[in-house]
Amino acid sequence: MSFITGVGLTRYGKHDGKSTLDLMSEAASLAIADAGLTRGEIDGILCGYSTTLPHIMLATVFAEHFGIRPAYCHAVQVGGATGMAMMMLAHHVADAGAARHVLVVGGENRLTGQSRDASIQALAQVGHPDYEVPLGPTIPAYYGLVASRYMHEFGVTEQDLAEFAVLMRAHAVTHPGAQFHDPITVADVMASKPVASPLKLLDCCPVSDGGAAVVISREPAGGAAIRIAGCAQAHTHQHVTMIPAFDEMGAAMSLTRARAASGMDIGLVRYAGIYDSFTFTLAMLLEELGLAGRGEAAAMVRGGHFSRGGAVPLNTHGGLLSYGHCGVGGAMAHVVETHLQMTGRAGDRQVRHDIPVALLHGDGGVLSSHVSMFLERVR
Amino acid sequence: MSGEQRADWTGGEPAILYQRCTACDHVQYFRKAFCDACGAPEPALKQASGKGIVHSTSLVTRAATPETRAHVPYNIVLVDMSEGFRMMAHGDRDLAIGCSVTAGFARFTDRLVPYFSKAE
Repeated sequence: MSFITGVGLTRYGKHDGKSTLDLMSEAASLAIADAGLTRGEIDGILCGYSTTLPHIMLATVFAEHFGIRPAYCHAVQVGGATGMAMMMLAHHVADAGAARHVLVVGGENRLTGQSRDASIQALAQVGHPDYEVPLGPTIPAYYGLVASRYMHEFGVTEQDLAEFAVLMRAHAVTHPGAQFHDPITVADVMASKPVASPLKLLDCCPVSDGGAAVVISREPAGGAAIRIAGCAQAHTHQHVTMIPAFDEMGAAMSLTRARAASGMDIGLVRYAGIYDSFTFTLAMLLEELGLAGRGEAAAMVRGGHFSRGGAVPLNTHGGLLSYGHCGVGGAMAHVVETHLQMTGRAGDRQVRHDIPVALLHGDGGVLSSHVSMFLERVR
Repeated sequence: MSGEQRADWTGGEPAILYQRCTACDHVQYFRKAFCDACGAPEPALKQASGKGIVHSTSLVTRAATPETRAHVPYNIVLVDMSEGFRMMAHGDRDLAIGCSVTAGFARFTDRLVPYFSKAE
């Protein structure tokens, strides 16, 4: 068994003068305090990577900087799925008894620590160095290629995708930590600058500074207890040239395995924290995971299904699209918000119904690596 | 890598090469010393006809480097080649999913890249 016992999240956007280690430390301090622990009680640390602080031993760099001598400590790299992969590993580490309290932490000054071009170029290197990168694709182009095919096969339109940007912005408006607070409309998304068709600027998540941290423990803390009921992964390819057909994609595969590991079913889910690097990513993952039928996710957004008052509220902090994306910490904000919602601590963002079960899902690469996780409120 | 050293566009030559496994007939585009389906060594190197069907397209209007920015907008395409592999390339703006296409080559930055147009 393992439980999420504490969460910490900085605001996302510009943090002038803050380093990767500053942002990781800030989020870690918040999460440890939230768990009611002291630094000395943390005996496991997992962190990801930082494009502004490349290092072969980032976890021990952080541990020394933060002042912890853990019994278990290393970094994990799975692109955008890193946060969820660390959560899954922390669950197994705690469950196996290798550590009692595992700190999972991500943070980066991705916005102010380098130029936007440098960020975009660094990320484009997930492409094949000989057969893709020389053609000048960007991450939006890799996803744009998958999006145009998906739209072709399932009749999804650009207006449909825009609904997800509008929903994420509507959620971010009430979160003081979000990078963007101005409401947007479908027309705004459609009129935003083209980036890599069919994706336009408002279909894409921003580059942000920020940090997020979570404490996973063997035993629950006082108050509400949120258990990691089960989780799983799937990895089908690295490069978009090698992406499988839509009926053989990794998201559905990892969900099936997570259902088996947890004994949970998608019908029990009353809150969802789903990776949303682009509007298309969110639309496709919702449909892959069975939270919506094929080609039906946008209509469900319009009907309010994924809104704060809907049946399955989605990314109520604003997601990567509007809360922001600082790399490894990006999707960990989904975990933090899910925990706040499940424990009734989301303030004026609190959803109206109880959340006995929530689903988290992360994706890395070009829909290459997937991690699905069911959370259950047991007290 | 053992076996043939013939260059394709990734080495500056106007050709698209792929590999076919001599043991299991598996076709692969990314050149390797082994078949990635069965592991047999030294798959045979073949030259592609250049004919294919457009699988997907994305028109890039925001590039990340000064060299690539000089070319925007450029259309990136995934093409399902008649020999049974998929490849990324550039192509004409009017290409739609399902179009029959043939490959030529074009300059992009300081490279020669495969460039697809509608088949005659």
